[in-house]
Amino acid sequence: MNRFEYIKAPSIAEAIDMMDSTVPEAMVTKTGGSAKVVKAGGTDLLDLIKEGILEPGRLIDLKNIPGLDKLSYDKKNGLQFGPMVTIADLENSPEVKKHYRALYEAATHAATPQIRNMATMGGNLMQRPRCWYFRSSGHHCRKKGGTTCFAQIGQNQFHSIFLTNVCPCVHPSSLATALVAYDGKVELTGPEGKRVIALSEFFTPSEVNVTCENVATNQEIITNIMLPPVNEGTRAFYIKQGQRESYDWSMGDVAVVLQMDGKKCQDARIVFGAAAPIPLRREAAEEVLKGKAITEKVVVQAAKKALEGATPLAHNGYKVHLFQTLLKRTVMEAIG
Amino acid sequence: MKNDSKERSPEQKKQGVSRRAFLRGAGVTTAGTVALASGMLSFKPAEPAPAKTAILGPGETEVTLMVNGQQRTVRIEPRTTLADALREHLNLTGTKVVCDRGSCSACTVWLDGKPVNSCMTLAIDVEGHEVTTVEGLAKDGELHPVQEAFIEHDASMCGFCTPGMVMSCAGLLARNPNPTLNDVKMATSGNLCRCGTYPKVFEATLSAAKKMK
Repeated sequence: MNRFEYIKAPSIAEAIDMMDSTVPEAMVTKTGGSAKVVKAGGTDLLDLIKEGILEPGRLIDLKNIPGLDKLSYDKKNGLQFGPMVTIADLENSPEVKKHYRALYEAATHAATPQIRNMATMGGNLMQRPRCWYFRSSGHHCRKKGGTTCFAQIGQNQFHSIFLTNVCPCVHPSSLATALVAYDGKVELTGPEGKRVIALSEFFTPSEVNVTCENVATNQEIITNIMLPPVNEGTRAFYIKQGQRESYDWSMGDVAVVLQMDGKKCQDARIVFGAAAPIPLRREAAEEVLKGKAITEKVVVQAAKKALEGATPLAHNGYKVHLFQTLLKRTVMEAIG
Repeated sequence: MKNDSKERSPEQKKQGVSRRAFLRGAGVTTAGTVALASGMLSFKPAEPAPAKTAILGPGETEVTLMVNGQQRTVRIEPRTTLADALREHLNLTGTKVVCDRGSCSACTVWLDGKPVNSCMTLAIDVEGHEVTTVEGLAKDGELHPVQEAFIEHDASMCGFCTPGMVMSCAGLLARNPNPTLNDVKMATSGNLCRCGTYPKVFEATLSAAKKMK
């Protein structure tokens, strides 16, 4: 780890004033110890610093700012939680377990119990991808401002099967898969005030900006995460497939949120994780489910539709089959 | 200390100095008291910490940690991990570092009672929080029931993952006195054992749970 300065920010306003760089910027343009970046749980940040691919000049710690670790739920407004709420906090919340089953499943299957106790939701949404070329200081890839994508020509068994043209890394947040399926929103606070955007707009594909995975600017901090309310007709589930059962990064994960009227599906949101550089909505598959009674036949049709347009790489063709099966299983679990 | 003083505004300097003076005082008191009443000093974060707006580092700075019920002051750089502070500065080498990336959990300690990876935690972050290491489990010379059970059930092979395993298992029993086999598996799902002695770890933990009732 490089040496850096450290300061505990007393408030959001002061943290915004103190910071001058996003982590992605600090890895491409503000390199060599010049960047002042914010730190939440620090699990991803320390990893990047230890690998020598991020060399911040100063860490601005958000842990002492009061009020950022609150979680609340009510029937009318849905679920809201601050950026310092940990994955374990979601896992242990009776409201999340009862009303947001897909999010609960995503939280209980993320990382290890230790990491879940440390990792914050703000940090989870801001974390950098796990592509091994990106994480290697010896590979100056596109995501780090280079001109080559080593994954497209190298070992790519865990990479994208959609949006693979520029950088086929997958977005690392499996919680985001569920949050996007619930049509979650994120509140960003910057020097000009607050803005609220849908999480589906928050994440940006590599085609838009290869060096950064989201729209947060170098003086913005996530200050709230909001999920709309659910009702009796809401049925949701999430399944993650890793290589090991104990814990692992996702090879593929699927979140499904259905709005049911008896047996008929009124509305559906289907999101794939670890399929693309962003949590990926599969609208065409959603359309297959909408207005129909959900039978196995319909689900098989939807699963087929969901994989249309996939462009698997040399070593990840298996993901096309994996996602079809995962989608079938997730929908069937959701409707019980 | 040299490094940060030049960067501070007069106001920050004032705060920083008074805080440091406070810590120094507290350190002396602790040193005196520990000898007399070791173990009786329980940490109470009674007053909210003063607003800390001082820029610390990149050189060494004084950090007061609460480890196993004792206040310990160390001089460390902000980049020092909790694992390194424990092992290199406080000589608490029971906590092991293996992957140094939060992937194996050999470095598991409790932070305010919750198992975390000390290798992925900055020591400076845990000021004002209670750290419990494997050395802090035994009470009055008596091993923790999970430690006893690990011995009885031969739950260590090479032993390198053992302190982390013990912290995960004892942590589970602290929040769930009636765990199922699956609960134990989930609680240790982040702890890698290269020897593969998981079945003995599960056995030991379930047996410790029974004995603790």
